[in-house]
Amino acid sequence: MMMKTEKKDKSRREFLKKVATVVVGTAAASVIKPFNAIVYATAPKKDSEHWYGMGIDLDKCIGCGRCADACKQENGVPREPFFFRTWVEQYTIKENGEVVVESPNGGIDGFKQSVPDNEIFKSFFVPKMCNHCAHSPCVQVCPVGATYESPDGVVLVDDTYCIGCRYCVQACPYGCRYIHPERHVVDKCTLCYHRIKKGLRPACEDACPRKAKIFGDLRDKNSELVKFLKEHTCLVLRPHLNTGAKVYYNSLSTEVR
Amino acid sequence: MIPPQIKRLAIAFTLFIGLFIAVRYFLVPKSFGKLGHYRADSIEEVAALPTHYAGQSICAGCHEEILKTKLKGSHAKIECETCHGAALKHTEDPMAVKPTKPKGRAFCGLCHSKNAARPKNMPQVDFEQHNAGMDCYLCHVAHNPRIK
Repeated sequence: MMMKTEKKDKSRREFLKKVATVVVGTAAASVIKPFNAIVYATAPKKDSEHWYGMGIDLDKCIGCGRCADACKQENGVPREPFFFRTWVEQYTIKENGEVVVESPNGGIDGFKQSVPDNEIFKSFFVPKMCNHCAHSPCVQVCPVGATYESPDGVVLVDDTYCIGCRYCVQACPYGCRYIHPERHVVDKCTLCYHRIKKGLRPACEDACPRKAKIFGDLRDKNSELVKFLKEHTCLVLRPHLNTGAKVYYNSLSTEVR
Repeated sequence: MIPPQIKRLAIAFTLFIGLFIAVRYFLVPKSFGKLGHYRADSIEEVAALPTHYAGQSICAGCHEEILKTKLKGSHAKIECETCHGAALKHTEDPMAVKPTKPKGRAFCGLCHSKNAARPKNMPQVDFEQHNAGMDCYLCHVAHNPRIK
């Protein structure tokens, strides 16, 4: 009997302690609100009127690489190979199941079919770019807050803050980031943020001769992108990673990584 | 009673924390944390970057005839700058800055060389056999490529 009451007392004390911690914690958090950078996690994610994404119709892509070229011209991406904000890959699935992936200079200088016709089961082009994930792995690992998801759903880089530590380059499961060889900060696709905010469309989409890329606002139910998503069966890359990718591919094969 | 060494420590801690908050106040930009763990002003900075592509409607202002030719052919839906490259600087100073004029087989081949990966409805030719060595524009006008 004695034992039991003692136990009860203890648990009550524990409970009161916990309540006090929560109350004091909440009060403290509201007091330091002016310094909300410290408690940034409590700041609500504001609902904005836009939520941008991109649709890519692989049935239309001819692999001309004009998107990759236009992106380099528009955004001042270094011309030498291996620095890309967007690029094109050729996938060739052989009759024996082997998958060949090629991307010579990101597709800017064109593709040469390397596998003879009689060995090919199927072949297609896949333009790649930043997926502007809603839960970006790259944003989560940035130690200084230099990369972020903007309220309208575009993953951007604050290059005055970036320390060039390359964590995000490692974290991006799609390989969409690179370190700029002169500025020594990370660089990536901004969905041509400087264009879409002026009412223009992304350079890669404008340059596409077959209109295989469809930029749009997912919140606007009448946008071309929403229409495209309604009319086609679209998939995102690596859905099992739950990155919340917002680049939707029509006719995407499971071989694409 | 609080022992004197604890008192001294408390004073040292208060000073240190106060100094930290003061330094932080001056070092952290005003807009940092406004929308999340980043500098909110950087959104505006990215949005303010200069553009380089002008768009077909501006090209039409001077090159109306060429645009008319293009709209009649199978290249109608292709923007001028897809082949000629970014031309906003050319629109600002048409005499000094000229956009590229791609010629030769390699450029046409970017879209039209035979490749199993291209969609079936894309006009393709085997570049090793189709009039090898001749420039495409000798027979095809780029703005309206069908031979009449």
